[in-house]
Amino acid sequence: MTSNIVEIDNLSFGYKGRLLHKGINMAFPRGKVVAIMGGSGSGKTTLLRLIGGQIKPTQGEVRVDGKVVHEQDRDGIFLLRRKMGMLFQHGALFTDLSVFDNVAFPMRELTDLPESMIRDLVLMKLNAVGLRGAHTLMPTELSGGMARRVALARAIALDPCIIMYDEPFAGLDPISMGVICDLIRSLNDALGATSIIVSHDVKETFLIADYVYFVADGVVAAEGTPHDLMQSTLPFVHQFVHGEKDGPVPFHYPAANYQSELLNQQL
Amino acid sequence: MNLKRMIKSNLLTSITRFLSGIGYRMIARVWRLGAGTRLFFLTIVYSGESFRRFHLTLREIYFTGVMSLLIIIVSAFFVGMVLALQGYNTLQKYGSSEAIGVLVALSLVRELGPVVTALLFAGRAGTAITAEIGLMKTTEQLSAMEMMAVNPIARVVAPRFWAGVISMPILAALFSMVGVLGGYLVAVPLIGVDSGAFWSQMQANVDVRDDIVNGVIKSVVFAVACTMIALFEGFDAPPTAEGVSHATTRTVVISSLTVLGLDFVLTSFMMVV
Amino acid sequence: MERTKIDLWVGVFVALGVAALLGLALKVGNLTSNNLGKTYSVSAAFENVGGLKPNAPVKSAGVVVGRVADIKFDSKTYEAIVNINIDQRYVFPKDTFANIYTAGLLGEQYVGLEAGGEDDSLKNGDKITQTQDAVVLEKMISQFLFSKASESESDSEAAGAKPVNKKSSETKSPEAASTELGDTPF
Repeated sequence: MTSNIVEIDNLSFGYKGRLLHKGINMAFPRGKVVAIMGGSGSGKTTLLRLIGGQIKPTQGEVRVDGKVVHEQDRDGIFLLRRKMGMLFQHGALFTDLSVFDNVAFPMRELTDLPESMIRDLVLMKLNAVGLRGAHTLMPTELSGGMARRVALARAIALDPCIIMYDEPFAGLDPISMGVICDLIRSLNDALGATSIIVSHDVKETFLIADYVYFVADGVVAAEGTPHDLMQSTLPFVHQFVHGEKDGPVPFHYPAANYQSELLNQQL
Repeated sequence: MNLKRMIKSNLLTSITRFLSGIGYRMIARVWRLGAGTRLFFLTIVYSGESFRRFHLTLREIYFTGVMSLLIIIVSAFFVGMVLALQGYNTLQKYGSSEAIGVLVALSLVRELGPVVTALLFAGRAGTAITAEIGLMKTTEQLSAMEMMAVNPIARVVAPRFWAGVISMPILAALFSMVGVLGGYLVAVPLIGVDSGAFWSQMQANVDVRDDIVNGVIKSVVFAVACTMIALFEGFDAPPTAEGVSHATTRTVVISSLTVLGLDFVLTSFMMVV
Repeated sequence: MERTKIDLWVGVFVALGVAALLGLALKVGNLTSNNLGKTYSVSAAFENVGGLKPNAPVKSAGVVVGRVADIKFDSKTYEAIVNINIDQRYVFPKDTFANIYTAGLLGEQYVGLEAGGEDDSLKNGDKITQTQDAVVLEKMISQFLFSKASESESDSEAAGAKPVNKKSSETKSPEAASTELGDTPF
């Protein structure tokens, strides 16, 4: 048993010949909170989908618990996914089910537990995210932060060893953000799980992460503990961490010469 | 000279563009047909769960079947009444207004029952299915399900498919029956056709196997087509608001055309036999 | 949960559907009149069955007593063999007549049985020997024309009349009713 539960080895992935990732290496040790950071469109979410086996890499491999994900058949992938929980960017709650049924969904689908035990487990999970009192509500009646917490309760319903968070802080007010922050850390430690956070919110991520990977231009541009990265002199990391407007990542999308384009009437 | 060449080359490019546009669209159609067929087979393969946990299917029967009852019954009633009125108008010229029952029953059982039910079903239940699945895809619910190691085809698609296949023949049978009753109401109390002649002529000329069973067969085929189209369009919709709305429109258009085309094919097969 | 409500409504829905199907089969369709109970089968040979189809009614004195099971062509005698299922409640004598009639001028064709006088009755697998063919409209018309023509030509020379006479005797054969007597070899 290796100490890393998820390993990404020389991974390349792309659509139609255009590579999004060009040889990425990452390791996610057990029990740690590891963050993947990078600008929008740098393929962070795609990395999560590669780990979950929803898409196949063009080159290289992803190993989860020692097994190469894209070599598994459907049943094998489903077995691996039972060890994972994933929090989607907008929660992705089932809108036709109540909060209770949403959290109960993985238990009902994947286990043969009696309904009375499911009830207790669901209430325990909802209690952990502080929403036991809201179990009768429908997802449409929840605020964004509450929906995110319900989705978190659903992601940990079956006590996964890997919890993946896709932009857990995006679009939340500061209070909800703090709550989610605390929950990610405390749930990780309570469950003894490994958390993978994909985010571009520097402050919150640095607060809870043990280790951070920076992805830019399809490669790992920098890695290290939050403390190291804060001190980093790498221009890209510096620009990202301090949120500067211009730097190695240019403000402008590549375009033709400004003057000549304005003067030229044809488009 | 130069101008001439320019016109010529412009014409050439526009023709090539036109032709390649047609080719592109054809390929897209064929691709979608293939993808739809694949979804159909996957649905069949993964439909074990929709019977083992039948309440999943039951729930969908409620939404597709029970919720369509009102529109089906009301439409059938009016269709039956109009058939009787129109039929009487023509038949009385030949002095055979008693045959009105046969006319109403045969047109309903053979054609209008299955076809109109399928068209209404596509509009009422089909669009709902497409929009629901399209939105589930847009809001990543299907992705979430997959990441939870739950197969969306087994959990979402198959129960809806079987619900449609079970509901539509029932709706079609109801349509025919209610239509006949509507025709009876117009023919007997309103126009004054003899009640005995109405029913006995009908019974003498409507064959259980040739007419009623064939009607049921038609409605089952239409059910498979309509439900599958609705499911595929939802499943295949681009995950945007625009994508889902286009998919919903396509469901109605493609379902209607498919039903009418299939109706011709099935009818010609049934006539030969 | 509200699952019970859904169950109830789906139950109502399915019950309505079954009721509608039963209604269609019993009230609209011919399931009731098609119901013959136990039957026995007899066959009859016709030179021409016209538009008779399987499942056509077999009537005697206007009452439906059976149905046509199938119609085959006998390549030895060049006749149509019609198998008939008759309800076991009805017994017919051996020398029963089988005719093919038309309901109304242009209606469906059916088999009419006219009882004879013999003591022995028809049993399963028996053959009705006395049959009369379907009336074929074209034949009737041509026969009428030929008889008109022969009437006018009978006054003229016998040489031309001969083939006409032969023809007319041939076309009369269906009119001569029973094939037992009128088995005219063509």
